[in-house]
Amino acid sequence: MAITKKDVEYIAHLSRLEITEEEKVMYTEQLSNILEHVNKLQAVNTDKVEPMIYAIEMKNVMREDVVKPSLDKQKVFAAAPSIENNGFKVPKII
Amino acid sequence: MELYQQTIEELHKALTEKKIKPKDILDSVYQRVDAVDHKVKAYLLVTKELAYTMAATAEDRLMKNENVTELTGIPIGLKDNMCLEGVPTTCAAKMLAGYRPPYTATVLKKLTAAGAVFTGKLNMDEYAFGSSTENSSFFPTHNPWDLERVPGGSSGGSAAAVSADMCIASLGSDTGGSIKQPASLCSVTGFKPTYGRVSRYGLIAFASSLDQIGPMTKTVRDNAIMLKHIAGADENDSTSAAINIPNYLKDIKTDVKGLRIGLPEEYFIDGIQKEVKEAMQAAIEVYKKLGAQIVKVNLLHTDYAVDVYYVVAPAEASSNLARFDGVQYGLRDTAAQNMIDMYKRSRQQGFGKETKRRIMLGTYVLSSGYYEAYYKKAQKVRALIKQDFDEAFKKVDILLTPTSPTTSFKIGEKSGDPLTMYLSDIFTIAPNLAGLPGMSIPCGFDEKNLPIGMQLLAKPFGEQDIFNAANAFQYATDWHTRRPKI
Repeated sequence: MAITKKDVEYIAHLSRLEITEEEKVMYTEQLSNILEHVNKLQAVNTDKVEPMIYAIEMKNVMREDVVKPSLDKQKVFAAAPSIENNGFKVPKII
Repeated sequence: MELYQQTIEELHKALTEKKIKPKDILDSVYQRVDAVDHKVKAYLLVTKELAYTMAATAEDRLMKNENVTELTGIPIGLKDNMCLEGVPTTCAAKMLAGYRPPYTATVLKKLTAAGAVFTGKLNMDEYAFGSSTENSSFFPTHNPWDLERVPGGSSGGSAAAVSADMCIASLGSDTGGSIKQPASLCSVTGFKPTYGRVSRYGLIAFASSLDQIGPMTKTVRDNAIMLKHIAGADENDSTSAAINIPNYLKDIKTDVKGLRIGLPEEYFIDGIQKEVKEAMQAAIEVYKKLGAQIVKVNLLHTDYAVDVYYVVAPAEASSNLARFDGVQYGLRDTAAQNMIDMYKRSRQQGFGKETKRRIMLGTYVLSSGYYEAYYKKAQKVRALIKQDFDEAFKKVDILLTPTSPTTSFKIGEKSGDPLTMYLSDIFTIAPNLAGLPGMSIPCGFDEKNLPIGMQLLAKPFGEQDIFNAANAFQYATDWHTRRPKI
């Protein structure tokens, strides 16, 4: 299935990526090529196959709900681009 | 022989006999780094101060003969996607330049507890997206066997550093072949354990149903030592398996009499480099002479593995990389006036081309209207690929295949065409989708003196079977002892 430039713009928006005109052209071609290759999968009969989610058998892991120390706040904030009053600072949302 | 050229086993013996000190090994390794890394460029960061502190601790333990393990005082290099508290951890991504994690990965805690010494952080493809280490945001790494060629990837720095003797062993991570393929291209012993064998806590996530950390070493025996120390269940990683860990080295065998080795027909196809085919044939002959039984098997869905992988892995990656949003860590665009623009611009500036390509591909196959056709379909075919392996392992103990269809390629040769690059992992991707343990070991050289590797696979948690078969091969051959001249 060929992807159009409009598709790429939409995917970039969903992906929260601002991409250049040049990149739009490049990704339109490359993503189309990759998806064309991947379309081969449609030929496989999977009617009676359950989708595989984990590489090996997994079961749910339960633990007691107890309070444990979390990461040191100051160490975490030290890596943040912008902080204020013990919180991450971001541009205006509303 | 210089100390930097030796194996973990040899150095451990010398250390416990008090012939050398951890500092002597570290001096030797750093002397080698200073001499050759300006050509190879395997290290993103050399952690000299930390390493000498760790070496001093190791020396203390050796002096008092307390808590001495095979890794006490051994210099180990780390792929730069494993968090080490306070030490820059970048994933070779501009997005994370200068990032110092507030915590340490479980594997690195385990190695620290064993007394190992961390030499530094090794180069990789950005976020482990690639097969050549050319996608590093900082610089490409060169193959020590031919500096104009790639070391493979994404753990290219980890493979090149061991190959060029710039650390005694290293850690890599493998999603679609990122340990095994560079091990093959650089002539080192690289192991991707069973999914769940090693904790992923503190490994910067790429594709969570596939990622696994593993050792890269000079010998199979060294690899067995490393895996024993990093394996095990971890309460911080609920996918880590609570399955008994054998004492791999102690239990290792060199006898393969009667071992059933399977050759999957679909892995010996046209398009494989002639010398790679010949090296496989020679390896099969070695095993025959050692008394192994060679059996032909079929893995019928092999041809779909790359396609499944390039749906599943980008899908998981697009979700995992949503965390890089310029809020808690990493690069932020400060000019943006609103939240959405801040996300978009930060991610535009911080991510490289291949990263953006995979995020968009993953977002597309997960998006409304395409999820069933791509993602769910790929998961179903993935189940069929796993069933093929389950059937094969009813007939054989080990599967033997080439690790990569070709030897190393030139820097720049494939970087313009993602699809061609993706196909260099065709033999490692299928077993990874099935979660299997797999090792690449050196098995020859082509006419240009470039290394060839073979892949040994076993059923889930059958690591010991691989160690046995690979160790027998290294007893019978000397490919793994050859080192590049740089």
